Amino acid sequence: MDLIEVEDLTFQNTIKSMWSKKKITFDLGPVSFNFKAGETLAIVGNNGSGKSLLAKLLVGLETPKSGKIFMNGVELNKSNINVRCLDIRMIFQNTNESLNPGLTLGTILEEPLRLNTKLNAQERISLIEHTLRQVGLMTEHRFFYRHMLSDGQRQRIALARALILNPKVIVADEPFAALDPSVRSQAVNLLMKLQRDLGLGFIFISQNLGIVRHISDKVIIMKDGKVIESGKTDVIFNWPKDEYTKKLVDSHQALVNRQNN
Amino acid sequence: MPQPSLYQEEHHPSPLQYTWMEFKKNHIAVAGFFCFTFFLIITIFCPLLAPFDPNMQQIGDLLIPPSWYPNGGISHLFGTDALGRDLLSRIIYGCRMTFGISILLVIVAMLLGVGLGALAGMSKGFRSSFINHTLDSIQAIPTLLIAIIIIAILGPGLVNSMWAIALSLIPQFVHQTRDFIRRELSKEYIMAAKLDGASKRHIFIHSILPNMGEMLVVQATLALSVSILDISALGFLKLGAQAPSSELGAMLLEGIEVAYIAPWTIAVPGGALFVMIISINLVGDGLRSALRNRLLH
Repeated sequence: MDLIEVEDLTFQNTIKSMWSKKKITFDLGPVSFNFKAGETLAIVGNNGSGKSLLAKLLVGLETPKSGKIFMNGVELNKSNINVRCLDIRMIFQNTNESLNPGLTLGTILEEPLRLNTKLNAQERISLIEHTLRQVGLMTEHRFFYRHMLSDGQRQRIALARALILNPKVIVADEPFAALDPSVRSQAVNLLMKLQRDLGLGFIFISQNLGIVRHISDKVIIMKDGKVIESGKTDVIFNWPKDEYTKKLVDSHQALVNRQNN
Repeated sequence: MPQPSLYQEEHHPSPLQYTWMEFKKNHIAVAGFFCFTFFLIITIFCPLLAPFDPNMQQIGDLLIPPSWYPNGGISHLFGTDALGRDLLSRIIYGCRMTFGISILLVIVAMLLGVGLGALAGMSKGFRSSFINHTLDSIQAIPTLLIAIIIIAILGPGLVNSMWAIALSLIPQFVHQTRDFIRRELSKEYIMAAKLDGASKRHIFIHSILPNMGEMLVVQATLALSVSILDISALGFLKLGAQAPSSELGAMLLEGIEVAYIAPWTIAVPGGALFVMIISINLVGDGLRSALRNRLLH
């Protein structure tokens, strides 16, 4: 059975004003896809193509206009938002912004536990320490503040925050964009290892086709809110059908060739 | 698997300790902080510290100069006023009235203002603007004028002037809190908290409030100096605290009548007000930069 199944998801961004009619500023979809546990789905597209919006729809920050999202055959909607909090977790684009500057990292990690589980204080602390070690940090880091960490460490904290509830799916919105190449490859390897160990489904939004080709099983190419092409990564990278996809793959290939020479 | 503790000598300071570590670096602010604490102690323990009853008139000791004058005496350290009352005791009780009441007013205004501001900031649309702007009309009128209006209706007195000052302090807190919450709500860590399943109340208490310290300190400092000045100004204009009371502004008014023959009767309460306001501003400034630096390095 599919872990996540999305059927004809659409969304309209409108400006409501007292004096004029509704103006449609952005149209997303219809988007349909599905993937199994342990698989990675990559969403690729240029700026303003609705990738981040799709991520927000999946985690429930925005309400879709129409369409359905199923997880393990159960439809997700507003009534079971708690399920979504537990099972679909998000990693934000800018990890620096996604950590509260006034709280210690321990408190930040404790928040989802306090809201969604019935663990007592001692169990929460031991789970936080376990998760910190899992992502390659020290237990002492739970007393640290955001400003004391480097970018790579912040990325790990964001990952820890997503992992701590033991989710089934992680949605990551350009998680590696702000990292330098060496830290980026560390983070990518960490993610792939954790995915293998925990059997996570992973939705991954990126503009970096190199990483996409490296880690994803399926790819969706988006442009202006529409799905241009979707399918297995190998197929799309080797035999692109659409003109836009061809351009993307060619430019990526040119870059790879230049690096090799 | 138990984790070996690598750094046994390392301890992890609480947010308050971090703030104090940063605050200590600014020496002038620490001096101000000692001054502030001094006034606070006087305010709390004034019946134990004052040598005389502030309203006791000693007929034989009219207008005795302070002890550093050649003809002054040690029994009255700051001298006496035209009615033979000990100025030191009056100043100590005056600090309790002016300083203590101001702190009380600021705390009340801050609780109400932040509460209303939080309601306005966390809600949307008409309700938000309504809460935000109900008290705006008060801002259009100067504090003294509001006090005069209230006093014209209810009659002069310290309590009535307290109402007026508290009312005029609230709108600033409402606006600042609402603007701050609006700014914070658009940040990504609030979105992350929402994804954790946090309710609006939880977001306000656990995500926004820990970051509000700096803004609150700035506003409270401003409000505290404004309310001290207003209380003594109203006392001076005979609209607030009335004559026999030892409020600092009222004391200045009494001193004016004998200013030429006994300048200490206005110098001492004036100096007390001066030191009070300077120390408040120093502490506020130091605390603000300490709170900011705590999250920078």
